[in-house]
Formats: sequence, structure tokens, C-alpha cells
Amino acid sequence: MTAGKRGAPGLFDGKFSPTRPLAASGHLFAFALDVTKALPRRPFQLREFIQQTWFIASVTILPTALVSIPFGAVIALQLGSLSRQLGAQSFSGSAAVLAVVREASPIVTALLIAGAGGSAICADLGARKIRDEIDAMEVLGISPIQRLVVPRVLGAMLVAVLLNGLVSVVGVAGGYFFNVILQGGTPGAYLASFSALAQVEDFWSGEIKALIFGLIAAVVASYKGLRAGGGPKGVGDAVNQSVVITFLLLFAVNFVLTAIYFQLVPPKGQ
Amino acid sequence: MQPEGRGGTVVGVAVEVEGLTKSFGSQNIWSDVTLTLPPGEISVLLGPSGTGKSVFLKSLVGLLKPEKGSIVINDTDIVRTSEHRLYEVRKLFGVLFQDGALFGSMNLFDNIAFPLREHTKKSESEIRGIVLEKMDMVGLQGAEGKLPGEISGGMRKRAGLARALVLDPEIILFDEPDSGLDPVRVAYLNQLIVDLNAQIDATFLIVTHDIGTARTVPDNLGLLFRRNLVMFGPREQLLTSQEPVVRQFLNGRREGPIGMSEEKDVAQVEAEMAALEARGGDAHNGIGPKGASGGDAVPPQLTPTEGLPERKAERRRQERVARMLDDFDEQTQAAIRRSLPEDLLAHADAGAFASTRGTGGRHWAPEPDAVGVDGWARTTTLPRQGEDG
Repeated sequence: MTAGKRGAPGLFDGKFSPTRPLAASGHLFAFALDVTKALPRRPFQLREFIQQTWFIASVTILPTALVSIPFGAVIALQLGSLSRQLGAQSFSGSAAVLAVVREASPIVTALLIAGAGGSAICADLGARKIRDEIDAMEVLGISPIQRLVVPRVLGAMLVAVLLNGLVSVVGVAGGYFFNVILQGGTPGAYLASFSALAQVEDFWSGEIKALIFGLIAAVVASYKGLRAGGGPKGVGDAVNQSVVITFLLLFAVNFVLTAIYFQLVPPKGQ
Repeated sequence: MQPEGRGGTVVGVAVEVEGLTKSFGSQNIWSDVTLTLPPGEISVLLGPSGTGKSVFLKSLVGLLKPEKGSIVINDTDIVRTSEHRLYEVRKLFGVLFQDGALFGSMNLFDNIAFPLREHTKKSESEIRGIVLEKMDMVGLQGAEGKLPGEISGGMRKRAGLARALVLDPEIILFDEPDSGLDPVRVAYLNQLIVDLNAQIDATFLIVTHDIGTARTVPDNLGLLFRRNLVMFGPREQLLTSQEPVVRQFLNGRREGPIGMSEEKDVAQVEAEMAALEARGGDAHNGIGPKGASGGDAVPPQLTPTEGLPERKAERRRQERVARMLDDFDEQTQAAIRRSLPEDLLAHADAGAFASTRGTGGRHWAPEPDAVGVDGWARTTTLPRQGEDG
């Protein structure tokens, strides 16, 4: 009876209007602005910040290290054989470092911050939301954004930057191990070529990317978590959506950042 | 005159709701809800499941934004005020959520101390004193170190109540305080609510399905049904009401306009009502679930435990309903008259009160024409809570 009143369910029940994605992006952006606005507000939740930073670090460090070893190895293997085919063996170390520091390491960091850290943040906030804890907090006159979201966003950004350093080191070490030990490359040439193409700006670009990826992952996770509804299933859906949306955003933003980087920083040797 | 109550500092504040309408998307929850929670009184809002009672509570504290209408508390319209002001106004509220809504990561002590730590600069020992006092009040001595996950639903509820009380709220909202509790605990909780009201003189709104609670606890009753506020007024008005929906709900019977999922059609309702009459009506219908009892008797209201101060709201309310006496039908008038003290009855019969007919029993406002007889009528024009409160 009610279905008759509201029209047949499906494409035309108003849920799939063309403006809906726009509205959703708008809400996400507004939420990000709210977070920015709450950033300088006192008192800063130092305790929560430290707890969350530690928590995010503890769920991401080990998987990140474990992912970055084979990641560095794959890059080393690919570039090792490619440079041999091109006759540029002396550059294989240099190219591996470039690939790891510029691209691989921020992306690996982002995937793990979003997949491990973001999903944990989203599930935590979502569970609090459906148990009315968030409402209770607001009723007690405390802004959940300032109290819960800001420390998590800052924590995720800090951990992302630190993880990026970890991935760079582990990735390069993994590449060295596979190239030199397994493929029989010359250690001296591999190490000497490190600085042939790579420069310090590459490292900074990786760190800035990681910082922004951490921000996006935490904001999307918090946004989705605080809007979870419809019981335990709603929390599951929110986590799922937050990870997917974060991944999509990260790769798009990564492209934009890389394009900007090449405009700003001239490649070495030109 | 200085407002009395709570150590001569604060009196509960009125909540004036006017023309409130709320929808989710195209689905209307309720529309044009108008009522006033008189200051310091206990009101109960009833309604079948899914009529948006919880939505109404959440709107009162500004968690949800109704599309139309206003909710005025201390001259602030909750619906349209700024986010910043909203956080200020919310400090007037204590809300008991259905499951207590305790913070799962903190133990009971930290949960109850949380608002104090966030909003006051009290020392840890002061906080300890207040928290232990409130825990004692709700009967949770010795459970400070327990986590919310380790205790029963009833304890969670009482802990939620203690947390709602620590900031000395002036308006306390209860979302189904009886759900998940056994009848004895409900009785204790009801007594606790009345005692609290006598002690702190705050404005109470209870959303519930428990008819026993609705019949004995509140000063005022309201019923939401079919996206409307069917009725809101003094308890006698609803308890003696002949309105079919109200009677059906208060008697907890199947016969009547409220169906299992949807509204029933008129013919069916009429047939059911005829059958009910043939059996002798509500009075012979026996006892319904959730404390629903037959007939339209007005049972005596719960009074505070001996040794506690009298409820200040009681006298205020008596004056208020004495003024409204003309608004009601005979049965209601008779019931109200039984609850009034003699001086007020004499006053009402002498015609000293201007009739409030036409303003509707739902409305309440401080009476501008309050007559100062023996000093009592002055309490009817309560000063609004200003910044000095």
C-alpha cells in the first residue's frame, strides 16, 4: 500500500536523481570544512590525539612494512630487466629509487592508511553513532568533530607522513636486496646511481602526498562513520563505502599532485 | 521575586513548541505539533511505535532539524539558532537515551564525570564528590569501575540518568525509560523521576509506551498518532478523554482506530467498538498490557518519597489547570476539581480567573492577569531564565 503511494521502487523513486552525487560531494566537502574550522579550537584533545595516533600506527606499521618489501622487489625486478634490455643497467638503482620514493611509497601508505586506519576509524565512529553515543555527546554540548574527528585526522596525517618514510626505506632496501643479491647486480653501481636521477624534492613530494592522503582517508572515514545508520549493517556499509570512496579519491588526487609536481620541479639533468 | 527551588537558584524552563513539522525525504513524520511543556512539570508523550516520538525528542535538543515551526527555550529558537548557540542551549538539557548511550570505552565513573570534565573547571576531588552523589542517587554505589558492556540494561539506564543529571539540567528528556526493565525496576525508576522533580524542579518530558507510568507519573499527557499530536493537556484531560484513539491507547486494547501496522478502515473500527460496548466497554475489558487498566479512572499521582521537599510544580500546576477549568468537558472538570485544593477551587468558582477558552488546553503561557491572593498566584508568572540564572 505504501509502495503504491510512493511509486514503484527502482530508478525513478527519487533516490537516483542526477544531483544526488553532487549533494553527497557537497556534504563531504562541507564536513571537511567543518573539520578545518574545528582544528584551531581549544582545548586541543591531546590525549585523544596521542591515543589515536598510536592506534593508527599500530594497525598500519606491520602491514605496511610487509607490503612494501615485495612492492620494492617487484619494482626492482621490473626495472632491472627493463634497464638490461635498454642497456642502461647503470641506472637501474636510480630508477628503482625514483619509482619507490615518488609513487610507490605514497600509494602504499595511502592504501594502508585507508584500508587499515580508515576502516578502523569508520567502524569505531559508526558503532558509536548507532549506539547513540555521538548524539549523547552532542547533547552534552560537546562537538564530536572537535572532540573525535580532529584528533583522528591529525593522527592519520602524522602517521601517513611517518609511514611514507618507512615505506621508502623498506622499499629501497627490498629493491637493493633483489637487484643486488638475487639478480647479481653490482652493489657499488646500484648505490652510486641512487642520486643520478632522484633528488630531495622527490622525497618531499612523496611526503606531501602522504600527508594529503592521510587527510583524505581520515576525513572520508570520519564522515562516513558519523553518518552510519540502520543498525550494525549500516556500520558495515559505511566502512565499505569509506574504503572505496577513499581509494577513488586517492588515485584521482595522486594524479593531480603528480601533474603539479612535474610543473613545479624540473627533472634532474635538464 | 527571586525564583525558588534548587537552593534558590534555578527553576525549570518552559519549552514552547509551535507548528513543528518534520519529514524524512518525502515521508512526513508528524506535522503541526504545538505544545508547551510547563516549567518544572512532568509531561509524558505517548504514541504507537513508529509515530516519531524519538524524532520529536531529538528535535527538541536540536539533533534533527524540523522543516517548519519553532521550539523556543529561554527565548532561543532551537530550530533556527546558530550551531554555536545550540551548543550553549544544550547545556540546559539532560537526555536519557534508550540504552543509556554510555561511552563504551569509559567506565561508569568516567562516563558520569565526562560532562563535568568537559564543561567545568572543577577539581578532580570535587568531580569525584558530585559523581558519587549522583551515582548514589540512582542506586549505583560501588559500580564506578565497571564498563558499560559489563552491566545490565537497567544499570546502563540508571548510569545514563546519572550522567544526564551531573550538569544540573533544567530540562530532562527520557527516551523510553521503562524499555527493557522489569516492573519493579520501572516502579523504582518512576519514583526516582518524581523524587528528582521534587528535588531539582526541572522540566521533565518522558517518552514511553508504559501506560502505568503515563497514568501515575506525569502532570501532563500527550499522544502522537497519524502524524499528528492528537491531544496534549493535563493528565485528567487524557485520562478521562472520550477520544477513541486516546481511549484505545490508554486501555491497551485492540478495538479502536490504531491497527497493527496501518490505520484500520472506519467500518471495521465501528464494528469493533460496537462489540466492545456489548461486552460492557472499557471498564469490563479487564487489564491490558504495559500497565493499561480498564476504564477512564484517574488514579492518584505519585508523590515524592517522605522526607523530600514537596514538588513545587504541583502548586504551579494546580493554579494553571484551575485557570483552564472551563476548557474541559464535565468529566475532566470533575477529575481536575478532585485534585485541586479548596482555596483554588473557591477562586475558580468565584470567576476570579479569566477564562482561557479558545487558547486551547494545549497551550500554556504565564498568565498576565495573575491575581496576587495570599502570595500564591505570583508563582504563575515565573520570571524567564535570564543570563543571570
